[in-house]
Amino acid sequence: MQLVINGDARTFAETQLSVSDLLRLESVELPDMVSVQINDDFINRPDYDTTAVREGDTVNFLYFMGGGQ
Amino acid sequence: MLKIPQSLYDALIAHARRDLPNEACGYLGGTATGEERRVNAHFPLTNVDASPEHFGFDPAEQFAAMKAASAQGGRLIVCYHSHPATPARPSEEDIRLAYDPNISYLIVSLAAAEPVVKAFRIQKGAVEAESIEVTT
Repeated sequence: MQLVINGDARTFAETQLSVSDLLRLESVELPDMVSVQINDDFINRPDYDTTAVREGDTVNFLYFMGGGQ
Repeated sequence: MLKIPQSLYDALIAHARRDLPNEACGYLGGTATGEERRVNAHFPLTNVDASPEHFGFDPAEQFAAMKAASAQGGRLIVCYHSHPATPARPSEEDIRLAYDPNISYLIVSLAAAEPVVKAFRIQKGAVEAESIEVTT
């Protein structure tokens, strides 16, 4: 499967992937701490397991950023 | 090593001062080659916590910054925030919430008369100082 992940063209051997699968492959250890967009649409965190990533999709993910002094 | 052009270095300090008494936050974009990171863009973001002691990013603004960084030939390489009244070192909360292993965390302290800017890599609770070179 060909995808664009955070701006980089990537090829995956898998033919079916959920958002959770993809985050695992991208070594994201805490998927609850990332926001995901597929083709500019936000994916709700409870839907990561059931949302499929499709051939040619552009997937962006970014970690939660926060803190305090 | 983080290389930051003087103009962008000044811009992030100006952002920190502008948002007082609250913490300011944002990204710096640029390129990374090995351990050398060259900053070429500044993306001030809204502190959704609007607090003098906490900061949080707006996910929609985060993705907009990601796309803007890409359009400028780079990616997001630094997350910065300000400490209006405490030193430029990561707090326990900063360390606990530093989830991105691939980004540099930069802190602007306005606790003293002159701003102090320091950068860190934070992975799984381990903090390592990262040197900064301000370039002309």
